Amino acid sequence: MLSSRRVRPRRTPSPVIRITHWIGALSMLAMIGSGWQIYNASPILPFEFPAWATLGGWLGGGIAWHFAAMWVLMAAGVVYMGYGVLSGHFRRDLRPVGPRAIGRDMAQALRFRLSHAAGHYNAVQRLLYTGVLIVALLTVASGLSIWKPVQLGWLTWLFGGYDIARRIHFAMMTLIVAFLVIHIALALLVPSTLFGMVFGRRPSAAPEASIQEGAAR
Amino acid sequence: MSHNRLDRSAIAPELRRIERRLMLKGALSLGGLSMLSGCALDDEPSVERALSAMSRFTDRMQAMLFSRQRLAREFDASRITHPFPFNAYYDESEVRTVDPAGWRLEVDGLVSDRRPWSLAQFRALPQKRQITRHICVEGWSAIGDWSGVPLSMFLQRVGADLRAKYVNFRCFDDYSTSIDMATALHPQTILALDYGDGALPPAYGAPMKVRIPTKLGYKNPKYLASIEVTNRFPGGYWEDQGYDWFGGS
Repeated sequence: MLSSRRVRPRRTPSPVIRITHWIGALSMLAMIGSGWQIYNASPILPFEFPAWATLGGWLGGGIAWHFAAMWVLMAAGVVYMGYGVLSGHFRRDLRPVGPRAIGRDMAQALRFRLSHAAGHYNAVQRLLYTGVLIVALLTVASGLSIWKPVQLGWLTWLFGGYDIARRIHFAMMTLIVAFLVIHIALALLVPSTLFGMVFGRRPSAAPEASIQEGAAR
Repeated sequence: MSHNRLDRSAIAPELRRIERRLMLKGALSLGGLSMLSGCALDDEPSVERALSAMSRFTDRMQAMLFSRQRLAREFDASRITHPFPFNAYYDESEVRTVDPAGWRLEVDGLVSDRRPWSLAQFRALPQKRQITRHICVEGWSAIGDWSGVPLSMFLQRVGADLRAKYVNFRCFDDYSTSIDMATALHPQTILALDYGDGALPPAYGAPMKVRIPTKLGYKNPKYLASIEVTNRFPGGYWEDQGYDWFGGS
């Protein structure tokens, strides 16, 4: 059963998470905009992305941005993942909790009553963040598989061949964009989290008076 | 599917360089990113320099990933794309043709024998067939059926310096591209003379096309006119405009 416990007082999120988060966020935006530019060169669905939303100006520029941002994203991703595993951040903060906690926190979130205790991730956050990390890994892997279908042929084969891998890459991008919409909306609803992700602490130095049970495991 | 609806064949290289200077203009309209980063994204030369540096880094990583032993997947004849698409920097109606009997391949650079080659000389060599996937930088792909002489065999015949860095291809449709020596010596890199069971048709690069299944379409030149072995970086038609030079798959 879930039980209430006090959250350890710590400055959160850690500088490693904050820095890799923002570098990752910028490079991810660049990858999406340049990816849309590349998509427009040979669309697989009956629509194109509007030029204002694309990055690079033409296919060659889009590709240049896409690969430049890829190395930045991969570097930030490796640091973040390494830190997440070694520091216990993933195990402690992001490991998804049971369906009941998710259901309760989801209901609270929809009524704008979900708690946001400093340094603590509620069930909805855990689900979303774990989900988007898995999706991001699949996006990078499927992207590598269509970039190197010969040298990384085994990876292309795992994704069902070049043409299917290309569609999976697109579908994963769509999931990331959907996550971004939810994530940004929720962050704007609880601006203190945005403050924390930028400065590493909440606007108020006082510890939160009440930690709602829903947020604790 | 063509890169550009304009006929670029008449455009001088100088003009192309100017185009390249402009290639990032559209990039700067992404207001959201410049607002978020807060830095001067509209400082165009520095952005372009950074992107070029990253592109050269990507090229080095691609060269490291490349293996001469790793083969591109070959397919059954049932998987061939019909019709195999035409693709060039100009429209199919502007395809240029030559008389195959009068055609000669010029050989230049770090080779011991620079005599030009006729089609008959290529026909006299052993031919290799491959049904492989052609992948365009735009993302689409198609499976085709090419046969011809392995480039490694030709390079040995002309006494090429196999330690040289680059093999440069010039074409009589004013296209050009160049590849690394490792890729030139890859067993699936061929000088294609045939498509399917017949001679290469004009749309696919008659009389000779370089078929490299380990590289993207723009590194597979058609209408071949000359081969040069060199240590001086040769660039290429699209590469000079900003596509990454290695272009490997």
